Amino acid sequence: MPKLKIDGIDIEVPPGTTVLQACEMLGVEVPRFCFHERLEIAGNCRMCLVEQEKAPKPIASCAMPAADNMVIHTNSPRARKARQGVMEFLLINHPLDCPICDQGGECDLQDQAMAYGFDRGRYRENKRAVKDKELGPLVKTIMTRCIHCTRCIRFATEIAGVEELGATGRGENMEVGTYVEKALTSELSGNIIDLCPVGALTSKPYAFTARSWELRKTESVDVLDAVGCSIRVDSRGPQVMRVLPRLNEAVNEEWISDKTRFAYDGLTRQRLDRPYVRRDGKLAPATWAEAFGEIARRMEGLAGTQMAAIAGDLADAESMYALRALMDALGSPNRDCRQDGAAIDPAVRASYLFNTTIAGIEAADVCLLVGTNPRWEAPLVNARLRKRWRRGGFEALRLGPEMPLTYDVTELGNDPAALGAIADGSHAAAERLKAAKAPMLIVGMGALARPDGAAVLAAARRVAEACGMVRDGWNGFNVLHTAAARVGGLEAGFVPGAGGRDVAGILGGAASGEIGLVWLLGADEIDMQRLGRAFVVYQGHHGDAGAHRADVILPGAAYTEKDGLYVNMEGRVQEGRRAVFPPGEAREDWKIIRAFSAVIGRPLPFDDLAAVRAALAAAAPLFATRETPAAAGWAAFGAPGPIAAHPFRSPVDDFYMTDAICRASITMAECSELYVRGGVAAHTGTHG
Amino acid sequence: MSAAIVEPAVFAFTPENAARADAIIARYPAGRQQSAVLPLLDLAQRQHGWLPRAAMDHVAAKLKMAPIRVYEVATFYTMFNLRPVGKHFLQACTTTPCWLRGSDEVVKACRTVLGIGVGESTADGQFSLVEVECLGACVNAPILQVNDDFYEDLDGPATERLLRALQNGETPPHGSVTGRQTSAPAGGPKTLTTLTFDAAPAAEGGE
Amino acid sequence: MLSDKDRIFTNLYGVHDWRLAAARRRGDWDGTRELILKGRDWIVAEMKASGLRGRGGAGFPTGLKWSFMPKSSPDGRPSYLVVNADESEPGTCKDRDILRHDPQKLVEGCLLAGVGMGASAGYIYVRGEFYNEAQRLQAAVDEAYAAGLLGRDACGSGYDFELYVHRGAGAYICGEETALLESLEGNKGQPRLKPPFPAQCGLYGCPTTVNNVESIAVAPTILRRGGAWFAGIGRPNNTGTKVFCISGHVERPCNVEETMGIPLRELIEAHCGGVRGGWDNLLAVIPGGASVPVMPKATCDTVLMDFDSLREVGSGLGTAAVIVMDKSTDIIKAIARLSKFYKHESCGQCTPCREGTGWMWRVMERMVKGQAEVDEIDMLLDVSKEIEGHTICALGDAAAWPVQGLIRHFRPEMEQRILAYKSALRARAA
Repeated sequence: MPKLKIDGIDIEVPPGTTVLQACEMLGVEVPRFCFHERLEIAGNCRMCLVEQEKAPKPIASCAMPAADNMVIHTNSPRARKARQGVMEFLLINHPLDCPICDQGGECDLQDQAMAYGFDRGRYRENKRAVKDKELGPLVKTIMTRCIHCTRCIRFATEIAGVEELGATGRGENMEVGTYVEKALTSELSGNIIDLCPVGALTSKPYAFTARSWELRKTESVDVLDAVGCSIRVDSRGPQVMRVLPRLNEAVNEEWISDKTRFAYDGLTRQRLDRPYVRRDGKLAPATWAEAFGEIARRMEGLAGTQMAAIAGDLADAESMYALRALMDALGSPNRDCRQDGAAIDPAVRASYLFNTTIAGIEAADVCLLVGTNPRWEAPLVNARLRKRWRRGGFEALRLGPEMPLTYDVTELGNDPAALGAIADGSHAAAERLKAAKAPMLIVGMGALARPDGAAVLAAARRVAEACGMVRDGWNGFNVLHTAAARVGGLEAGFVPGAGGRDVAGILGGAASGEIGLVWLLGADEIDMQRLGRAFVVYQGHHGDAGAHRADVILPGAAYTEKDGLYVNMEGRVQEGRRAVFPPGEAREDWKIIRAFSAVIGRPLPFDDLAAVRAALAAAAPLFATRETPAAAGWAAFGAPGPIAAHPFRSPVDDFYMTDAICRASITMAECSELYVRGGVAAHTGTHG
Repeated sequence: MSAAIVEPAVFAFTPENAARADAIIARYPAGRQQSAVLPLLDLAQRQHGWLPRAAMDHVAAKLKMAPIRVYEVATFYTMFNLRPVGKHFLQACTTTPCWLRGSDEVVKACRTVLGIGVGESTADGQFSLVEVECLGACVNAPILQVNDDFYEDLDGPATERLLRALQNGETPPHGSVTGRQTSAPAGGPKTLTTLTFDAAPAAEGGE
Repeated sequence: MLSDKDRIFTNLYGVHDWRLAAARRRGDWDGTRELILKGRDWIVAEMKASGLRGRGGAGFPTGLKWSFMPKSSPDGRPSYLVVNADESEPGTCKDRDILRHDPQKLVEGCLLAGVGMGASAGYIYVRGEFYNEAQRLQAAVDEAYAAGLLGRDACGSGYDFELYVHRGAGAYICGEETALLESLEGNKGQPRLKPPFPAQCGLYGCPTTVNNVESIAVAPTILRRGGAWFAGIGRPNNTGTKVFCISGHVERPCNVEETMGIPLRELIEAHCGGVRGGWDNLLAVIPGGASVPVMPKATCDTVLMDFDSLREVGSGLGTAAVIVMDKSTDIIKAIARLSKFYKHESCGQCTPCREGTGWMWRVMERMVKGQAEVDEIDMLLDVSKEIEGHTICALGDAAAWPVQGLIRHFRPEMEQRILAYKSALRARAA
């Protein structure tokens, strides 16, 4: 344990600590541009120079290992002078365009210039001008502002796993870019905007729309996949202006996917901002009272068993709980949150959770992927897998469709029967898994949302059991969800009650006429054709598939417009928070259901959010927790049986088009056009 | 030569060069084939005359490198010509030791004989002139490197004679144009004159 | 003057045949097997005893450097010798002569150095522009292999040693040892952060020592004649012989192997026919390649050509590349051209060097014309000091020192230039 002295204070640090980290432990701030905790050390900006006694010259604290008897001065005249020099060099070729720069107000260079800059320039030569680079629809470049810190290059190479960015040329002519004009083929590309310490890389969709200091910042959680990334929603007035990642070591570290970041323009398009009632075959604007009245009228004469509810993939737990309570009050056991019909067993929590936890991936040494493309289904889970792979001593095996990942994968083909062979030890992969110290498997919806899903689930369980994946202190069995609402719905009991119908049963019943009314809570991913002649209530926020089929539309709130609980694939309860109000007459979803319950004379027993949450927690104690997934007990699950030969298929065909918000987003449409339909992503390699 | 650059769509090593490339790669430990990127780019440039993007991509594929890493390398080292150059690629050293000995006259002679300045090529594509940094032959300054060969101890008239000879399809012997014994002082060595070795020294051409 | 019998590079000028047979007649590869069999510790001890300091410019004791290499490899990593033949320091052209005229000295030196540091393989990194020299060296390596001097059981000693020639492609910075390693690994030649140092983590993450061509090529002779012989030449701490390159305004520029510590004036007058126009026509000398500060004539009158003497007068021996400038020289332009060199060769990695070298060059270009303010001389000095010592490698320092040397010794000339420009402007306006 090296002992050193920093600014007169003695400190002992773990071996391998850098001087800069040691300074941070003491709360001594050292400015830096190139250094970033999650990237390899570059040591090139030279802003973190500090004085080390007896050293002939200042040292770069980011790269220097702390050693015994070092005496460091971070704020001596020599250290300050060195930094002022570096700052001056950074500024001589940096444009003075802060007033028109989107980074203004949150610019590291601007901030540090306040501390280390001179009040006037000594540089009388011409400033350098650098040609901007075209990196696609998400990242805007103004390369004259680039200070060559190489963070973006290191992110692309190390974290995103797409070796496409580089610094070409040399000396003062060095330029950051792709050299050959091309869009970055990464679903994590937007993170380089956050990493760029200056305004060289900014958000293209956000360009010139707001200044950072005029935005209201709301800490929330993303719902566009089941990872539950921590986000910050920046809004101005009624509008979400941008979405940024929030630090959450357990989930997304400090990254988010491009969908999470850029789909927000979909929040203002195709919105349902008032109730509608279908009259003479056409949806006509209506008042809330008219809409509620129409539903109440259609309910008359229907038995509870003739009614059903399906929750969509973006639903918050409170509204699902409220709808479940409503259906209970109406005597209906027919409800389901598994739009895709995935054969998930709600009775055994371990059967549907990502038990290893996302951070726990870092402790694994082998991972078997079953019918999943994590890169598109859960980019931040994939990023964690890559992080683990980069450290070495890790192997990924895949039974499923070959899609480009960002790490080496041993392919086991795509014959689902192999899963049984692994379970009974007759497949070579079984030895590999058994030999591992901490093996894990990830089974995706592509393997479970099929008619033989329960058999696949049982086989996956047997693999986990046979290969030592489940033991004290380690559960390597993982289900990778794609819907943010899914685990919350399972935990809140939004599954068929006693004798109730699941999604297939509801759709079958609607087609046959046994089900007369179906309440869709943001459910857009079912086959609307199969709803037959049933009366359809669509409660949701976008004019997507469900709204088109609806007989009554109840305008709800998107995730940025309501306080809501979401449970991610790990079973982690997280709070989404309202950043803006729902548009027009749209309302928060649990309130809509509560209001309707009063209209039909069966008022639900909660009048405010706290009461809903209390009732929810009483029904499902998990909802009393926050941010801490509880380990789930192991039990038998799945239904052993024959597994069909047809290959697994990822449920996500188009990463940019997975839900109603994305489908309304122009930005996502551009990405889809470029990367998916344009085929750019299809050619992405798996460079490590 | 001022016309737009025509980038070939594809590039592949000739069978001979592919064999050479494999031999080069074998010099480095297994898995370290990236070490061969400079030699292979050089090989590609010698084959094609300059280094088009298709050649960089070919080398990247051969060495299992991401193309951007090859682009970085190709743009970092000055000897890679990312656009076509003349058959006679004139590289005039103008760094201080050559400048002190009259490199301005060398550059001027190029203008006189060929009508081109630094960074220019003759219209017939025969000559290109670039300014280069110290070539490492400073006691024989000034130097003009023509393709791979150093012409040394030049002055204006000697450079003009050299260029005219090249124009006439001749290849004058490289080395000192004054007939001096390599880096020995003009007029002959003043040291190493008292040594004799068992056998008679062999004649050495080319320098 | 050094006597011929004490000269190591007996074919410096290429008067004789470079091939193996002729090189052996000159004494190369004589008893190499026995030298190897004396063992690694003996080799390092003799090198230490010789007092040889690295000939690439930094002057670090060679034997000591070799001793830093690990004695064993518990993790199975091999050790590497890398020879720096990326000779690009302006004024320097000594290694070129070794490569083309005495290549077997280098090849034999590589084997002995390899034994001395426990390396299993060596790579000689030759600057790309030395195409013919690299061809020559490759031929010499091939001859040595064919004669059983390299490879498995080299020289019948039982020691296995592979040697490869690798050509660069035009980048001065690759003369910096860690940039060279990066380049050898197939990357841009951008210097690495230190620590770790190459002796722990060098080529391919393995223990590596990088030596200059001359340092390695003198080793066989030192080992044959004994460290004491080499140490007896020159002055304490500045021992042995050295190949000097004298360029610029002398009557007869040349390379010559001489005693370390030879007086500069004697070097120029005995071997180069003196300064053009006589000693009193001397303006200044850059004594060790472009990276060391310029010395005015007064210093040149008496200074000795070795590491310590030149450091004492505020300059350095560097690569012993002596650039002589007579009174006809526009010294501001001479230094401005070096500033352009460093701007061109900066790798671009560190902020101070990437931005500062261009800034200095642009100011220097104005200084050449006098198109500047007098107080910009101090600003230029300040900028040079903001670069110096603030970068990963020494290129920043190397770029700063020529400018600092100019200002230290020739400030009146710079001021005069500025005033002349101003008065010319006024005259034109009037």
